[in-house]
Amino acid sequence: MNDGPNLASEPHELRITPRRSRPSLIWLVPATAVLIGLAMLMHTWLSEGPRIAITFQTAEGLTAGKTAVKYKDVTIGTVSSIDLSSDGTHVVVHVSLVKSAYSLTHEGTRFWVVRPRIGMHGVSGIDTLLSGAYIAVDSAKSGKMTTSFVGLEDPPAVITGMPGRSFLLHTKDLGSLDIGSPVYYRRIQVGRISAYKLSDGGDGIDIRVFVDSPYENLVTTSSRFWQASGVDLSVNAEGFRLKTQSLDTILAGGITFDSPKHDRGTPAPEQAEFVLAKDQETAFAPPEGPPSYIQLKFDQSLPGLSVGAPVQFSGMDFGRVVSLDLDYDPDSERFPTIVNIAVYPQRLGRVLRKLPDAGDIQGQSAAPHSQFLGSLVERGLRAQVRPGNLLTGQRYIALDFIPDAPKVAFDAEAMPLTLPTIPSSYDQIGDRVASILDKIDKMPLESMGKRLDASLLNLETTLRQINGQVLPEASKTLKQTRDTLRGMEYWLSEDSPTQQSLGETLLEVQRTSRSLRTLTDMLGRNPEALLRGLP
Amino acid sequence: MKSLPPRADQLGMIRCHICDLVFQPAEEPGKAVRCPRCAAAVHRRLPNSIVRTWAFLIAGVILYIPANILPVMYTSFFGNGIESTITDGVVSFWNSGSYGIALVIFIASIAVPCAKFLILATLLITARKRSRWARLERARLYRMIEHIGYWSMLDVLVVAVVVALVKFRELATIEPRVGILFFGAVVILTMLSAMSFDPRLIWDDEE
Ligand SMILES: [Zn+2]
Repeated sequence: MNDGPNLASEPHELRITPRRSRPSLIWLVPATAVLIGLAMLMHTWLSEGPRIAITFQTAEGLTAGKTAVKYKDVTIGTVSSIDLSSDGTHVVVHVSLVKSAYSLTHEGTRFWVVRPRIGMHGVSGIDTLLSGAYIAVDSAKSGKMTTSFVGLEDPPAVITGMPGRSFLLHTKDLGSLDIGSPVYYRRIQVGRISAYKLSDGGDGIDIRVFVDSPYENLVTTSSRFWQASGVDLSVNAEGFRLKTQSLDTILAGGITFDSPKHDRGTPAPEQAEFVLAKDQETAFAPPEGPPSYIQLKFDQSLPGLSVGAPVQFSGMDFGRVVSLDLDYDPDSERFPTIVNIAVYPQRLGRVLRKLPDAGDIQGQSAAPHSQFLGSLVERGLRAQVRPGNLLTGQRYIALDFIPDAPKVAFDAEAMPLTLPTIPSSYDQIGDRVASILDKIDKMPLESMGKRLDASLLNLETTLRQINGQVLPEASKTLKQTRDTLRGMEYWLSEDSPTQQSLGETLLEVQRTSRSLRTLTDMLGRNPEALLRGLP
Repeated sequence: MKSLPPRADQLGMIRCHICDLVFQPAEEPGKAVRCPRCAAAVHRRLPNSIVRTWAFLIAGVILYIPANILPVMYTSFFGNGIESTITDGVVSFWNSGSYGIALVIFIASIAVPCAKFLILATLLITARKRSRWARLERARLYRMIEHIGYWSMLDVLVVAVVVALVKFRELATIEPRVGILFFGAVVILTMLSAMSFDPRLIWDDEE
């Protein structure tokens, strides 16, 4: 320290070596931290996907922050919040999607909530019993991008991109059909109803059916569709007739189609239109053509005759009763019944071509048509109400030639045409009763009952199994889980051996880090030791 | 203060870090002082102590942000998966009535790291100014944070242990998430920061 005064007295001689202004390498550490932070920020910012709002009628089963949005079973987003709409009529579910889901936000993309559903067509969404409900997505391929959607209340029957073809059916009555009702081909389900709506004008229903690949080619240009709604117990002029489809359709109804054997046709194009008949017979019946309306006047009361009752010509279905009205005849002071019937001349098929004036009948030219009818009346054509079915009291109208019928005048110009009638006769009753009883006898009522009984027994056994085995097993599993969690709690409690050995471990860590400190100290002082080793 | 005994520095003495030999260094400007016994490089004070401490501290503070924002754990029970951050954990334990656990997590993962940041910053600023203020207390604080060090790793350990314990396939799983990595980095950086600080700087007078 004897240099000290010298340096102090001669400050100008002091050699100050300029400090290197190079910043210390240690600043690389915070710089790296900043870089990592920025990278995370960029990552979060870049992976931020679209935020959308979906409205539903109810938020049942949905939880903000938990409920997932899945597309093709891949989670593409989460419900971030659920609000009530401003008018309180529905809920608005806000969803944040992942970035890759931008392509799913086209207008027309459909969202629905997948919950466990038990319906006529089976049970779906079983997996959601444990995992909770989720929102499923069906993307629209194109359209404007949007951020607000209206969610579906029911899962759609057809997912976009599913292989198959859809067709349009026209019908008067929906019956027991519903969205999702099956479409059968030879009793195998090949598709389902995807939508229906009232046709424009409201006089019918347009049903959209979807036939899955590879069955779509079974629908041909000559295919006929009919309702396969369960038990078809028809009581008609021939008596009882019972037809059943599968058990499924008995409960829920369905649609069946087939092509005529002699005319398979070519595969029908997408959106081809068909008529949905009420049963197989109607579906395969020759085309009806336009109806002709004829009026009948009966001087007797007609119990058992109802609108829709068949009109037969020479024993063949020719038309049906359209309306029944009472009339008053002041001369005789009686109440005759006016029956309007619709007949379909084209149902005569090939016979029609052999008849004179056939072209006119088909051409609906009124005058020659009625003249021809007039000549028939002259030869004895009369209408008569006949008992069709004794048990039910149903009646039908028969148009037949009565050889010795009294002559009547026929007005060929009347609108509508009026056909003369003769009173009912109740012969042949015995024969009919016998044949009806015979038919009832042939019905396999007993074996049907037995099979139904056996099916119900099976169902009961299954349910008993579920109650007796599956449920206890499940609750046992839950109990085990609880036990395990309790064990874990013990492990983590303050005075557990784990905690104590944890303390010891930490002490060990402390010791280690102390020596680490000495090491870093040393390395800080002479970093060259890393390369060269201790001198 | 006047009655303080002289320091090694004032006596021109220096202590070897390795073999503890106390000697009077020969003045050789521009050359590192070496221990005459074990030839280790010897310094009066840790070189660049304040700058290094600052660097580690700043890095720690920066990483503390993602450590708190990012989820540290993913828990899934019966298919209901949820990612939780440290704050989520504290809040959910508190709400479920486990005040003790909530408090432990809060102290270990929020209070202690924040206290470390503040204390180290205070030590650094006062040491730079060579302030004489509350020297004894500052020295105690330094020893305290040096001692706490690894105890903040509690969170990381808890996650590690729980992840290893809870695996019931579909029913329940717990998985670590990237936040815990950042949290571990924060703890290590604060430890390094405390280690690079030379507590002797507290006692250095302005001269
Ligand atoms: Zn030495």
